[in-house]
Amino acid sequence: MVVAGVSTAIVVLSIVMLVPLAPGWEGVKTSFFNGEVFAKTLPKLLKAFLWDVAIFAWSVPLIFALGLAIALARAVRSPALFPLRIFGAAYVDIFRGVPVVLVIYLVGFGVPGLGLPRPWNSPYIWGTVALVLTYSAYIAEVLRGGIESIHASQRAAAICLGLSERDTMRYVILPQAIRRVIPANMNMLVALQKDVALLSFIGPVEILRQAGIFKSLLANFTPYVAAALIFLCVTVPATRYADYLMNRDRNARS
Amino acid sequence: MPEAKLSLRGVTKSFGKQAILRCIDLDVAEGEMICLIGASGSGKSTLLRCINQLEPVDDGNVWLDELDISAPGLDLAPIRRRIGIVFQSFNLFPHMTAMDNVLLAPRRVLNEEVQGLRLRAEEEFVRFGLALHKDKYPDQLSGGQQQRVAVIRALVMRPEIMLFDEITSALDPELVGEVLDVLRELRAEGMTMILATHEMGFARELADRVCFIDGGMIVEQGPPEELFNKPQVARTQEFLRTVLRN
Ligand SMILES: Nc1ncnc2c1ncn2[C@@H]1O[C@H](COP(=O)(O)OP(=O)(O)OP(=O)(O)O)[C@@H](O)[C@H]1O
Ligand SMILES: [Mg+2]
Repeated sequence: MVVAGVSTAIVVLSIVMLVPLAPGWEGVKTSFFNGEVFAKTLPKLLKAFLWDVAIFAWSVPLIFALGLAIALARAVRSPALFPLRIFGAAYVDIFRGVPVVLVIYLVGFGVPGLGLPRPWNSPYIWGTVALVLTYSAYIAEVLRGGIESIHASQRAAAICLGLSERDTMRYVILPQAIRRVIPANMNMLVALQKDVALLSFIGPVEILRQAGIFKSLLANFTPYVAAALIFLCVTVPATRYADYLMNRDRNARS
Repeated sequence: MPEAKLSLRGVTKSFGKQAILRCIDLDVAEGEMICLIGASGSGKSTLLRCINQLEPVDDGNVWLDELDISAPGLDLAPIRRRIGIVFQSFNLFPHMTAMDNVLLAPRRVLNEEVQGLRLRAEEEFVRFGLALHKDKYPDQLSGGQQQRVAVIRALVMRPEIMLFDEITSALDPELVGEVLDVLRELRAEGMTMILATHEMGFARELADRVCFIDGGMIVEQGPPEELFNKPQVARTQEFLRTVLRN
């Protein structure tokens, strides 16, 4: 503990003392760490961040619904439904294999390009669709892992009681699987909250876009730093909480 | 068509190239208690799993009353309701209380009013000495208590036959007795039962008939006093000598 404290203090101190000695420091300070600009832009940035939160909030239920549907499609056992499994596998491969930004560009510019009338050409809608497509693929994969981690005897016990395949999945397998993947899903949600900012590329004036507007207006990069800090205020506690859940899980199981 | 409650005719099962069950014939009369004994890997569990169609048979038939339940394309859920089974371990659903474990299947499957169902389940909890434990989760119960809950869970479905697959073999020795008591109680009620077991003393005490299984075949069967006291087949003699020495 003491050693860790001392060495941390030394590192922090030397950064604080040495960095200002660098030749470009004054310039960097005024264009990135300008207190005045920070104070002036923060309220509007926070307001723009509400868009990020809103987009996140309405995306999450859609992502979980679609992710669950895809995971279930991949878990069907009946040979007649085999095409469903193929579809599920292809979906997951495609949307996990393409960078999020690309999906956002393709959906966000492509679909409104079809000449849809308002409000159906809104970048908020198609940006959300892009996020839902990508993240549901990740969540589906996490859920499938959870489903497969449930011991086969649980399924056997349920089937032997005369429960249908459907009831077995719904009442026995899924509740256990979902509980088991909560920490992994928490990490997904943190990543999603950050990726909402990518929608700035297709139009919505959320925090990154707002920071860009301020940057052009004030010829100063401080709004970006402010935006980064706002993100950290949300993502760091969330990540820590996910770690806590994950550790608790591991301890409970061992 | 055989007359018995349950009849197996020529039941054969392989996993890959390995033959696990070879042409098993077995008739179980209503109210009869059969014990399956045999070395580890001889096929006892597989036989039980083929009876309730958890594993499809490769060849042969399984008759429950007049119905060939091994016929392909049958909806098995209604048939499995008539055959209760308890496994060695991992029986209970860990995310539900003992009571919810017991109520899940009847609620989804039986056309019975919930109040009556709950009363019936509570009576069973009392009967098997678990009245105080019905709202606990499986990991708050001892192994013996868990197995008794698993038995209750099967019984509330009012099965016509009960299958037990070495339900005491994962238990600490001091817990075995309480679970065997449950089986004695069911025996006294006249429940039709098939039981794979390592408990030779128990088989001798309660079974109507003991079947010695070896290499996927019923090598010898008969009333316990005959099979245990004067086994006819060399393999049976050898097996009994080994297990009774320990
Ligand atoms: N799903 C499976 N796939 C492949 N082989 C299997 C499977 N289930 C069982 N076996 C094999 O079948 C054989 C018989 O297994 P089974 O579980 O029926 O034996 P058992 O008599 O119940 O043994 P034990 O007393 O150890 O429980 C074993 O050799 C086992 O390895
Ligand atoms: Mg076995």
